[in-house]
Amino acid sequence: MYGYQLRAEFEASTGSTWPLNVGQVYTTLARLERDGLVEPVGVSDDDEGRVTYRITDAGRAEVEQWFATPVARQGRPRDELAIKLAMALTTPGVDAHRVIQTQRTGTLRSLQELTRLKAGADEKSDTAWLLVLESMIFQAEAEVRWLDHCEVRLGAYAAPAVPSPAPSSPREVIR
Amino acid sequence: MIEYVLELDDVTRVHGSGDTAVHALRGISLGVLPGEFVAVMGPSGSGKSTLLNVAGGLDVPSGGSVRVEGTDLGSLSRADLAALRRRSVGYVFQDFNLIPALTASENVALPRELDGVRLRDARRDAEAALAEVGLDDVGDRFPDELSGGQQQRVAIARALVGPRRLVLADEPTGALDSRTGEMVLRLLRARCDAGASGVLVTHEARHAAWANRVVFLRDGAMVDETGVATPVEALLR
Repeated sequence: MYGYQLRAEFEASTGSTWPLNVGQVYTTLARLERDGLVEPVGVSDDDEGRVTYRITDAGRAEVEQWFATPVARQGRPRDELAIKLAMALTTPGVDAHRVIQTQRTGTLRSLQELTRLKAGADEKSDTAWLLVLESMIFQAEAEVRWLDHCEVRLGAYAAPAVPSPAPSSPREVIR
Repeated sequence: MIEYVLELDDVTRVHGSGDTAVHALRGISLGVLPGEFVAVMGPSGSGKSTLLNVAGGLDVPSGGSVRVEGTDLGSLSRADLAALRRRSVGYVFQDFNLIPALTASENVALPRELDGVRLRDARRDAEAALAEVGLDDVGDRFPDELSGGQQQRVAIARALVGPRRLVLADEPTGALDSRTGEMVLRLLRARCDAGASGVLVTHEARHAAWANRVVFLRDGAMVDETGVATPVEALLR
């Protein structure tokens, strides 16, 4: 396979969810060749002179290893939403319930769109694309469930956990 | 003028009175258009089921008004309300609620028969409704001869038999596995896309997401709704 074909294959199997820059594909192929994971097997006869690559045994082992290894969830450097909620609790004047509901509505909107895409996909010919979509659907659902949980945890919570600036200024109870 | 199939205007429902009064619904206003599928989400005790019962005339609001296809339910006699419910409103429950001694086709025909429609016409309506949910071949079977998913499809056919255009569904996927549950939601969505109106009560976001619009209830009040959907492009980055 050559670069353009690889890109087309990747995008077809993931429903173009993550568009690839073809330059990215070629630099990656060059690195893979450097590391002995793919090898060039020839140049096309046409004017374009495309280089065709083949996976090596070492490359195949690497792929098997990749499929055999779970993805580390802590790989995300920062979870903005968790940080936002934590800060909402400790920042005076911020209604954490409101922050949660705003996020829940936003996540539900995403979930609706993903569901719409799923409703339009063909069960048989779009299986790979459906797997990608459903991964996003379940992640969005998990986020909503986590927000529900946060809300329950905050149930008894009525005022910011930080001390009031002055005891004489009564703070409105935040719901 | 907008013709809502279901219109709740400032609906309240209070159980009891004085210090022990429970405010199940606090000033709910909601309009459901033909072809619209609305999901109501909220934790248990938020008023979801009360909202559905009030919308279907099974419970009476303490304040405000409920209109079904333009008719104010509060203006009707008990008999007229029952007739309007038979003609206009279908319910789908978690546990299907089919009558075990009647076949699928007889279950679906029942609301038409009760409405005084001739038996032959009621049967014809039932067959059409069953065909619309993809069950034309099981009309002669009894509920216990059907899978859970098939029973729920029969319940949806019954909810939308004849002139009925409003289906009220209370956790309709609760007793089903996830794939069968999804099939039920696809079907509800498809019936709404074909012109019916639906209100779905659920606590599951993945199910609510099949609706055109999702409203959120907390302590009997509507706290937010999704409104118009975001474009697909914004999601796939």
